[in-house]
Amino acid sequence: MHDAAPILDVAGISKRFGGLQASNNITMQVPAGKITSLIGPNGAGKTTLFALITGFHTPDAGEVRFKGEVITGLAPQEIAERGMIRTFQIVQPFAGQSVRENIAVGAHLKIRSRAAALEKAEDVARKVGLGDRLDMDAAALTVAGRKRLEVARALATDPDLILFDEVLAGLNPSEIRDVIPVIRAIRDQGVTILLIEHVMQAVMSLSEHTWVLNQGELIAEGSPEEVTRDPHVIEAYLGKGMAERMAKQAAATAGGAHE
Amino acid sequence: MRQLALLGLVFAALFTVPFVVESESWRTTLIMTLYAALLGQAWNILGGYGGQFSFGHAAFFGTGAYTVAVLQVQFGINPWLGLVAGGALAVGVAAFIGFTTFRYGLRGSYFALVTLAFAEVLRILSNTVPFTGAGVGILIPLDPGAASLQFTSKAGFYWLLWAITLAAFLTAWWIGHSRFGARLMAVRDNEDAARALGVDPFRVKMRAIMLSGLFSGLAGVFYAQFFLYLDPGIAYGPAVSVESLLVPIVGGMGTLFGPLLGAVALHAVSEVTREVIGDLPGISLVIYGTILVIMVLFAPRGLSGLVSRLTARMRRTAEGDRHA
Repeated sequence: MHDAAPILDVAGISKRFGGLQASNNITMQVPAGKITSLIGPNGAGKTTLFALITGFHTPDAGEVRFKGEVITGLAPQEIAERGMIRTFQIVQPFAGQSVRENIAVGAHLKIRSRAAALEKAEDVARKVGLGDRLDMDAAALTVAGRKRLEVARALATDPDLILFDEVLAGLNPSEIRDVIPVIRAIRDQGVTILLIEHVMQAVMSLSEHTWVLNQGELIAEGSPEEVTRDPHVIEAYLGKGMAERMAKQAAATAGGAHE
Repeated sequence: MRQLALLGLVFAALFTVPFVVESESWRTTLIMTLYAALLGQAWNILGGYGGQFSFGHAAFFGTGAYTVAVLQVQFGINPWLGLVAGGALAVGVAAFIGFTTFRYGLRGSYFALVTLAFAEVLRILSNTVPFTGAGVGILIPLDPGAASLQFTSKAGFYWLLWAITLAAFLTAWWIGHSRFGARLMAVRDNEDAARALGVDPFRVKMRAIMLSGLFSGLAGVFYAQFFLYLDPGIAYGPAVSVESLLVPIVGGMGTLFGPLLGAVALHAVSEVTREVIGDLPGISLVIYGTILVIMVLFAPRGLSGLVSRLTARMRRTAEGDRHA
């Protein structure tokens, strides 16, 4: 996993909010050109980690390198300009503006001309399946539509790395099935993707590598199959002693099969 | 492009008005309406497109007005130069207020209060320092002629105002059709989302307040030359600030034609009330306040919002008739 130079290199990031250690000495290397993911129970500090990486919070300690350059302490907009874009778990459309105008704001990061940015917005909208809703008010979109809009705005900036914060949350299974190929297609264009995701179906089918966060600390990493078997991970999600019981159960059924 | 064509058409029509209207009192009414549209558009650039509700646009207006007056009276500098200096100084005041407020991320009512405080500070200052004439005010000597920016006919003033207003409206059009404008509106609608997409809210707001201050300052220069008298209450008092924000709120914030519609509507109303009630002191503020409440309650998107809603409904009924 750590062969090629990572596009994002997080080294010993920590952040404390009052009495809460939201991130504790987190180190991870995100490989370029792949889809990787970050999972963990509610309140594990996943979104905080995204905010620390993208400049919305300043870490108390540690360093973030993006494409080899130290970006710790830079403002979100400066990090976005360097090619790393995040989306929001709670979708943040520019309400009152059309879908086309919303996406164009992203396109303007690299395109000065208004006409060219609007054209690019249409292009991107079609890619994510919003082509038929270009003139709709963004506030009138369904939840699934808004998630697509978050994806589209990020994509329109022509980023090198996108951090998706639960783009699949709140979608029904058929909508999830529709969005998964969209995310894959983004990766196939050469954009690196880091997902925060609760939908395990998506984590398993999309990502090649997963980090597991619990109470602000990384407790496991590896392929999704590996980490879901990891006893620490099972305990983090299901409670103490659960891994042991599951192992016993598995042994019992295996023993029964022998007889 | 259709919007730009319409804008051209409207301003071409406005240009010809002095040829048609000969009565000086009617010309004054038209001047005051256009002047309200200018004040409103200046506010609209920051408040409507940028969502930063200033309650102290008098700070820019008064600076423009006092600059041209003081330069003439105290230093004998030609008011055409004063026009440039007034605009520039208003931009400077805007940059200072913008820097001190946006730097610390003041938004909403906090921003409104701080802008109001700045205007009040300037009002008190101009009331005490001697070179503004302090509380007595400052009188620009009558010197009719285009060279001294005082015209013998109201038509001359009208065309000067027309040119400044056209520039303000063209700026507003540009905001609606440029990267800067897209970023400004993005910051207005969701600052965090804008930042995540690479927009620097501070820079965007600074540009907006400086443009807004420029046109408010030029309106002040025009006012000083037109009435030839200023005192602290006129220049920096809350009346200008209120008119600046009332016009676009009534007409439609963040729209190109909103300030024009608002100015026409407000002046029509105040003319009518003057006919009916007479010159009761303070009555116009009562009327304005009532209008503001009604607009905010029933037409939060202003007259232009009302117009687009009506046209949409008419289109729907027309289609319904066709289907029936």
